[in-house]
Formats: sequence, C-alpha cells, structure tokens
Amino acid sequence: MVAMDSVQKWFGKLHVLQDIDLQITPGEVVVVIGPSGSGKSTLCRTINRLETIDEGVIAVDGQELPKEGKSLAGLRADVGMVFQQFNLFAHKTVLENVTLGPIKVRKHSKADADRKAHEQLRRVGVDDQANKYPAQLSGGQQQRVAIARALAMEPKVMLFDEPTSALDPEMIKEVLDSMVDLAKQGMTMVVVTHEMGFARTAAHRVSFMADGRLVEENTPNEFFTNPQSDRAKDFLGKILEH
Amino acid sequence: MDEYLPELMRRLLDGFSMTLFLLGWSALFATIVGTMLAIFRVSPVPPLRAFGTSYVNIFRNTPLVVLFILAVEGLPTLGVAIPFEWFAVVTLSTYTSAFICEAIRSGINTVDPGQAEASRSVGMTFGQTLGQIVLPQASRAVIPPLTSVYIALAKNTAIAAAFGVVEATGQLSNLIRDFAPFIYPSFFAIAGGYILIVAVISGIASALERKLAVVR
Repeated sequence: MVAMDSVQKWFGKLHVLQDIDLQITPGEVVVVIGPSGSGKSTLCRTINRLETIDEGVIAVDGQELPKEGKSLAGLRADVGMVFQQFNLFAHKTVLENVTLGPIKVRKHSKADADRKAHEQLRRVGVDDQANKYPAQLSGGQQQRVAIARALAMEPKVMLFDEPTSALDPEMIKEVLDSMVDLAKQGMTMVVVTHEMGFARTAAHRVSFMADGRLVEENTPNEFFTNPQSDRAKDFLGKILEH
Repeated sequence: MDEYLPELMRRLLDGFSMTLFLLGWSALFATIVGTMLAIFRVSPVPPLRAFGTSYVNIFRNTPLVVLFILAVEGLPTLGVAIPFEWFAVVTLSTYTSAFICEAIRSGINTVDPGQAEASRSVGMTFGQTLGQIVLPQASRAVIPPLTSVYIALAKNTAIAAAFGVVEATGQLSNLIRDFAPFIYPSFFAIAGGYILIVAVISGIASALERKLAVVR
C-alpha cells in the first residue's frame, strides 16, 4: 500500500532521512517510534508529500507520488492525515470541516456529504458537536473530528503524526480508542507516536527510527521485550523505566 | 462673495466628482491586480512568484510622480491615446496594486500554515486551499493595512492635478487663481472634502472588521 525505496532527504546539511526503505501492506498498522528529532514526523509527512524528498521513490497503492498539481491533490485525497495540532479549519463548523473535502474534492452532493459526515462523527463519538466551531471543543474532541474529517474522504491509508502529543492526559485515551477501533476495522495506518501502549496493542509492526535511519523493525512484542540494536535498547531503557 | 459661493460649490462638486472617479476606478483595478499579485507571490510556481516579487519591487519603490511622467509621456509613444484621467487611473492602479499585494500577503501570512497543510492533505488544490481556507481567514487581518492603502490612494489622486486632470486639488488651484481673497475658505472646503472621503473609508473598514470578527 505504501512503498518507500531508498528515500533520502536533507534539511540543509542535516541528513534527516537516510536510506529509508519501508513497505506497508494493506490493512497493516505500522507504528513509528524513536527519539525527538529522529525524523519520524518528516517520514510520515513525506508519504503525502507535505515534505518533498531529495532522492528515492515513494509510491502509494502502486502509484508513485506526483510532483505537484492536480494529480498530487488527487493522491492526497486518498491519504488521510491527522496532525499533532489538529489543524481543523478554524472558520468552519465541525460538520463543514468534515464535509468540505467530500464536496469540493469528491464532488459529492451536500446532502450526501452531510449524511456521511454524521456517520463518521458518530463513529468517533462527537456527532453531538457537529454545529460547533473547533475552538469550542476540547483538544480530544478536536482530534477526533480531525480523524472523522480524514475518514470522510474514504482514504486508502491513514497517517497519524503524533496525534496525541498536544493533548491533556485524560483526553489521550478517547483519541487512542478511536484509533484502535480503526485499526481493528482493517485500515492501513502509519502512526508516529510516543504512546507505547498503543504500539503494543494495535500495531502489527514497530519501526524504530533514530538519527534519520530506520534502525530496527519488528513485531511489537519482540521489539519491546527483545530489542536488537543498542540504540533501541537505550531508547526503551529511558522511556520504560517510569 | 455673491459670485464666489456658487462658483465654489460648482467647482467643489466637479472637483470631487473627478477625485471619486479616479479613486473608484483605481481602487477597483488595484484591488484586482493586487490580489492576483498576492496569489502569485504565495503560489507554488516559481516564475509566478518571481513576477510578483519583481512587480512589487519595481512599482512600490518608484515615486508616484515618476510613474505619472512615464505614463503621460511614455504611453503615447506606444500609441496609447486615452484621456488624461485614464492615464491617471492606469498610473494610480499600477502603483497601488503593489501595496495591495503586500497588504494581502501579510494577511495570508497570519494564517497558521497548518490550515493550508490540512487543506492540501484532504486533496484540495492550491486554488481551493486559498479560496476556501486561507483567504477567508486572512480577510480580517487584511483590513487595517488595506484601509491605509486606500486612504493613501485617495490622497494620491491629488497628484493627477499636476498632469492636467482637474480634480479637487486642481480646482483648488483654479479657485485660488480666480478668487485670490478667498484663499482660506477655498482651502478648508477642499481639505474638508478629502477628510470626509477618508472618514467614509475608515468607517466602512471598521464596520467590516466588526462584522468579520464574529466569524470565529
């Protein structure tokens, strides 16, 4: 579903993505973890080309990412993205946030889009907020709306870029619950996160990134109990102690 | 006095009709061109960005009087034959659009880049992202700087007086020439007219700002 082949990216002199090879099969949930600045967010953002790459190839569903223009927009429509800062459209209601893509990009009728939007909002448990503006919602609710907005496009893949990092602790669970449901329903997902609990319960595979490289990939169970690389051992040692 | 007052009224009316003509058309063209330039300057296409930047650098950095001379002396050599007031509209629009472009671009820059990223990631094109997400949110931030630009434009129309367009300032010169004893009343009448125009522009701006403030 997602294929990254020898991907390289530099920010000036900093080699943020080094020789990234990553294959994700349909229905697979891949969790990318690693220390801050390791390049995991950048990796996630290259998959729908919010970040460009300097070398290598990225393909989604067998199609190489177009450089720009309408074809790139078309591909992005098939790739859902959830951001750390939610990025809900501030001047539109919750319902309009979810229907905008289906109406403007998929050319669905408003009635159709409304109906499906309510379905998605129910799915993540915020349908009762449909007529409010984003600023009137809690962080957890906003992030669930963001998930519904992405799902309303009926994407082939969902990308999550640290979806719970900007949330208060008590709101993290409601967002993770929605993501776990989604994983169970067979959605292909790439999740950049610091939530090790989510990685353990929902991931099929954990990819550990450090210093711009994919250092280690394994099943969650193997990775957490028996990490191979020193870098991963060091990282897990630091985060699992408390 | 008997002769002066009716003549003052007539020339005030004539003069400010022409001032409003210059202001109206120049504001319209400058807004259209300036908005397009701002879109060029934030577009993903490098040649359009370069064009927008060069336009702003050339026309914002050249004195308005120099542009007037260029239009009045230069355009006729290219075979452009239009009335003087339209030379003034062309010059004022060309000059003001550079400032409009920058005011709109500053408004665009106040919108969180995450808004545009989210829009692109649901598959909206550059035009849709701009029209649906960025410009509506930029509109409120744009009003104060745009108001200053329109006010400057209203007063810049006075320069046309030096190039054969008898608008309000031109009428002031004529009044002083024809009615030398009444120099102060003439001056205050014309100055009052400009103050009134600017007050109307400011009033519209603050009404708009209040209206857009509710949307959030």
